[in-house]
Amino acid sequence: MGPERLSGAEHVNPAAAAERVARSSYGRLLARLAASTGDVALAEDALGGALEEALRRWPSDGVPANPEGWILTVARNRQRDVWKSAAHRTGRPLEHAGDPRTDTAGPADLDLDAVGDRRLELMLVCAHPAIDPAVRTPLMLQTVLGLEAETIARLFAVPPSTMAQRLVRAKKRIRANRVPFVVPDRSVLTERLPAVLEAVYGCLAATGARQDDLVGEAQYLAVTLAALLEDEPEAWGLAALTTLGLSRARSADRPYVPLDEQDVSLWDPRLVAEGEAYLRRAGGGGPPGRFVLEAAISAVHAARMRTGATDWAALRTLYEALLIVSPTLGARVAYAGVVGRADDPAAGLALLDQIGAADFQPWHAVRAELFAQVHRHDDAAAAFRRAAEMSDDPGVADYLLARVTPSSG
Amino acid sequence: MRYTLLTHYPEGDEASLGEEAMAEGQRAFAAYAEALHAAGVLIAAEVLQPSDVTTTVTAVDGTLRVQDGPFADTKEQLGGTFVIDVPDLDAALHWAGLAPAVHWGAVEIRPGATHVVDGTWVPND
Repeated sequence: MGPERLSGAEHVNPAAAAERVARSSYGRLLARLAASTGDVALAEDALGGALEEALRRWPSDGVPANPEGWILTVARNRQRDVWKSAAHRTGRPLEHAGDPRTDTAGPADLDLDAVGDRRLELMLVCAHPAIDPAVRTPLMLQTVLGLEAETIARLFAVPPSTMAQRLVRAKKRIRANRVPFVVPDRSVLTERLPAVLEAVYGCLAATGARQDDLVGEAQYLAVTLAALLEDEPEAWGLAALTTLGLSRARSADRPYVPLDEQDVSLWDPRLVAEGEAYLRRAGGGGPPGRFVLEAAISAVHAARMRTGATDWAALRTLYEALLIVSPTLGARVAYAGVVGRADDPAAGLALLDQIGAADFQPWHAVRAELFAQVHRHDDAAAAFRRAAEMSDDPGVADYLLARVTPSSG
Repeated sequence: MRYTLLTHYPEGDEASLGEEAMAEGQRAFAAYAEALHAAGVLIAAEVLQPSDVTTTVTAVDGTLRVQDGPFADTKEQLGGTFVIDVPDLDAALHWAGLAPAVHWGAVEIRPGATHVVDGTWVPND
């Protein structure tokens, strides 16, 4: 197989070309490979091997005109070789649907756009009911986004070997149990969707406030999912939520500033517009779900770009709706904070007293803010300090400590 | 692909469950078996006698030791096995979910590794 070479006028750095394919197409390539065998680990090995081969051969052979197609072909050949040797070893016939032995497409046929996107199937596999919920987000980060197991381990604050073992086990289960790579009927899909959205949301939550690259990856995942599903409001809600979050993504060198105090000129207006567009696509499908409401809340904050002020009353209404569908501790604490701003701080403090979540960092942070507003400076100082020491984000901790003012007596 | 469904539930007999509950359980099992058969997915099914009539044998230092009673003395015991042949895990989950035992205990779904054909072990696909 001789790869078509780019014309001499275009000098493309082979390593950069291979890396670009890896970065932009990893999930699509892996999904395509895994869907044909049901074996994610085999697909990862085959794809990794193909990318290595690209790095070895492209410097001398030239970068092919269709780099993705080249890598897909080589990876499929590698899968085929493994299957052939397995059949030879065990003496068993291979009758698996989509047997890579019988895929005879040549490189010209392997247009990644034409062969069909199997990432939705891959995401459904990662979030399958038979997969431990705790490993669904890590699996998605690894297979759809191509993150290294070490990186994922750091995000989840577990030792790398622990995370690696969990991922290996999950992929073994997928293969051994034959978890299907299919998009099920609409009714089943609707049942499976919350778990998929949770896993994608987990990708966003795992990245934290500082990891801009990863927030971008989670946003890409959410938008891809929504687009593949086309008319699922909650999927568009999640796409909107992640996009609006990305519009304000904090880079490592900028200090933490609360959302309602941020300099709006630092927000990306194109991403805000994109997020608002996704939110509009989510509308009109019945009562809003959790992700649509969270996105709407984020959009109210984003609207300050145009109006110059945060609409606390609108936030209060949205949080009340959110608490009905998703009464998480975080939502309840945030609601108390919003009530404190929309109505009066005492009301917010009363709500926080009812919640009484002394183990929850945001509870202390919101409480501190409300104490400050009613001039209970000693209580505010204690709460700011407590919130700072409980925070695992140094920027947030710095901000909270800076809010500690000496008591005015 | 072959999966074995292993049913686990606390044991009860007519004395403890009552005649009607027993009869209802038997009806449920009969309907389940019929459905599996009609769908063409059932390879074999066994419902076992209770664990108080079971015997366990193990080799200790090469010598066979026979014991009165089950392998594990647990509240839930193995009630029976169903070997089915279905395309994928979703299908196996569907059938396991219809087993009467899900209401009394749990059904474990274990993919098969290898099975015997004409006296020889053959790897499952």
